[in-house]
Amino acid sequence: MNIRSQISMVFHLDKCIGCHTCSVACKNIWTDRKGAEYMWWNNVETKPGTGYPTKWEDQNVFKGGWEKNGSGIKPRGNSSKFNALKNITFNPHLPSLDDYYEPWTYKYSDLFDAPEGDDQPTARPVSLVTGENIDLKAGPNWDDDLGGSPDYARQDVNLQNLSPQEQEAMFELERMTWFYLPRICNHCLNPTCVASCPSAALYKRGEDGVVVLKQDRCRGWRMCVTACPYKKTYYNWSTGKSEKCVLCYPRLEAGMAPACFHTCVGRIRYLGVMLYDADRIHEVACSEDKDLLDNQLDIYLDPFDPNVIKEATASGIADSTITAAQQSPVYKFVKQWGLGLPLHPEFRTIPNLFYVPPLLPTMGSVTEGIYDTTTKSFWGGIENSRQPMKYLASLFTNGDTQKVEATLRKLLAVKIHRRMETVGDLPQEEVTTALTEAGIDQRTADEIFRLTALAINEERFVIPPAHREEATELMEATGDRKGNVGFGFIERPTRGL
Amino acid sequence: MNTTAIFFVALPYTALATLIIGTLYRYMTLGFKLTSLSSQFLEGKVLFWGSQPFHWGILVVFLGHLAAFAIPGTLLAWNGEPWRLIVLEITMFAFGVAALFGLAVFIYRRITNSRIRSVTTKMDALVYILLLVQILTGLGMALLYNWGSSWFASSVTPYLRSIFVFNPQVETVAGMPFLVQLHIVTAFVIFGVLPFTRLIHFVVFPLNYIWRSYQVVVWNRNPKRIRAERSYFPGKTSVNN
Ligand code: HEM
Ligand code: SF4
Ligand code: SF4
Repeated sequence: MNIRSQISMVFHLDKCIGCHTCSVACKNIWTDRKGAEYMWWNNVETKPGTGYPTKWEDQNVFKGGWEKNGSGIKPRGNSSKFNALKNITFNPHLPSLDDYYEPWTYKYSDLFDAPEGDDQPTARPVSLVTGENIDLKAGPNWDDDLGGSPDYARQDVNLQNLSPQEQEAMFELERMTWFYLPRICNHCLNPTCVASCPSAALYKRGEDGVVVLKQDRCRGWRMCVTACPYKKTYYNWSTGKSEKCVLCYPRLEAGMAPACFHTCVGRIRYLGVMLYDADRIHEVACSEDKDLLDNQLDIYLDPFDPNVIKEATASGIADSTITAAQQSPVYKFVKQWGLGLPLHPEFRTIPNLFYVPPLLPTMGSVTEGIYDTTTKSFWGGIENSRQPMKYLASLFTNGDTQKVEATLRKLLAVKIHRRMETVGDLPQEEVTTALTEAGIDQRTADEIFRLTALAINEERFVIPPAHREEATELMEATGDRKGNVGFGFIERPTRGL
Repeated sequence: MNTTAIFFVALPYTALATLIIGTLYRYMTLGFKLTSLSSQFLEGKVLFWGSQPFHWGILVVFLGHLAAFAIPGTLLAWNGEPWRLIVLEITMFAFGVAALFGLAVFIYRRITNSRIRSVTTKMDALVYILLLVQILTGLGMALLYNWGSSWFASSVTPYLRSIFVFNPQVETVAGMPFLVQLHIVTAFVIFGVLPFTRLIHFVVFPLNYIWRSYQVVVWNRNPKRIRAERSYFPGKTSVNN
């Protein structure tokens, strides 16, 4: 066994209110520079919807991630290293700026400089790339809260697995529903972005598993942009370098949660250590489709198991990191409670960001065109969920609806149990049935409730000490001035000759 | 000093010196500015018709020049039969035309597309002018003197080699037609400015990708050593795997 520690994450989708505070916090810290305006290392998309960049999930077009190749796997874009070098002068699958949006600002000076007159002056939008006036046709979150559904929500790639009737049902006005999907880099165990870079500019940090892109090593071959199936590596069109989420590692090393986690208004975000067996990465990534999810969850080890502790120590994991792994909220959600599911495990990158799927409103039904909220039980069962299970399964379990249902059943059982505890207006047998069907006891339900609803910062973010005292390189100047690029070297992010 | 000495002795040495020192300097200190400066993200459809013919064209032509420099005897022997000479000249000419076409597309794209204009620098203009002169003179020679490849092998190669052994012999090139001389001079200018333009990108061609493993993990410290070591200053060296 070769045990490593990985900073992993859980986003609780039932709690996300779609406020975009996370995106803005990230933007203010990392991407308010020239060439990076269009980048949203953290973005929040409405589901169903086409997301950012538009239809990023459609790998027939974007060619990200890995695909099965006999008993092994190969990158979907450049199927071999030789092909990558052959395509280096022109990357046939590179998304273009228009797949994201053309960044713009407004000519605010027009408001001040306008001559006195009868008309209200306007500030015209101008492109941040060319400086010319532009007609706004798209932007980040153009389809927020299902805006422009016919063009966006209906084009959602995940609807492919639904029958036409199911799709129609989803868009019936009375059943219409949505949830938010906040996305950041998954800091994968088997990242295609790293594998695709011919210059080895991307790498995974051994100590905490954060995937970073070394700015002075990047040569602008822009292969990683295609390779990441989540489209979380971005090309800076001004500096000619690619960039990506760094999980705020300077903050992590100082014991603080990343900015998007720290600012999250809905407190949906959890961060903690997972121990895993690095020798098994390849084997898991090569799993058959149906075993992919189970095998991924299996790679994470039990930090309480004496044998794991022994092996982890032998692999050089610090005692403080093992303790952090034992207290990790991610371990609780994902392994102990079975509530966390990875986004699109079928991309085979083994992502380390897990989602608690949304339960969504299950009250009410439509009878003869009339919306009826008088249900027999307080909450309808998950069978009545407005979001088809197949849709959620397409996002989180590679099509396996049973796994989604099992997760939702637990979430509902917790709700029912807590309603009974606090209000006590439900029949006792309903509570017992719900808990038994979900396979959890009252204590677990209370623990889930606690971590979901009441947990304070220290419980939601369990960050192991970085042990800088043992790492000479980690002690390099990390707090560069705003507007600079990279760490360990300070340079203005200006374009080369 | 006469003009021959300036253009065929002083210029080559200046160019080679700036090439070597400039490249090393840029590689070691200006890492962040070492990139292909790809603009495909802003515009990809027209670029395809520029980048593919240009790069494949220039690659083959470049290898042709390299062959004439490295193995002139073999080349002369091949050219011994007129039809073989003609085949070689036509092939090289075709790849040269491809490169010219690609370059024309590059320039057209830079001028017409406003997004690309916003990422164009003065150095780009210089590169285009130099490359244009270089490719045009090359193609011109191939048309006017279609035994040029033999000329290269028999006359230019000795000159170039004499430069590299620090014993410049300019006689063979001094008597060449103007077009040929211009081609040689521009070549040296290109090499001289190379470290200060985007042309630097092919120096960092990442060939080692072929033999490296797909995944890269970098450790800032060696945790196993730290835990096992009893010495007072353990684990100072970082290791990559
Ligand atoms: C094998 C070596 C080479 C590689 C891997 C390479 C790669 C590239 C790449 C990735 C680009 C950016 C294309 C884009 O915009 O996406 C580029 C552009 C360019 N390359 Fe190369 N190149 C090589 C050799 C050369 C050579 C030998 C020359 C000229 C002597 C050259 C001249 C150019 C020029 C002028 C551009 C700018 C195109 C434009 O955007 O207008 N390249 N190259
Ligand atoms: S999600 Fe992050 S680590 Fe995974 S492939 Fe994309 S950029 Fe790389
Ligand atoms: S800050 Fe939190 S609640 Fe708000 S959109 Fe982001 S993830 Fe959702």
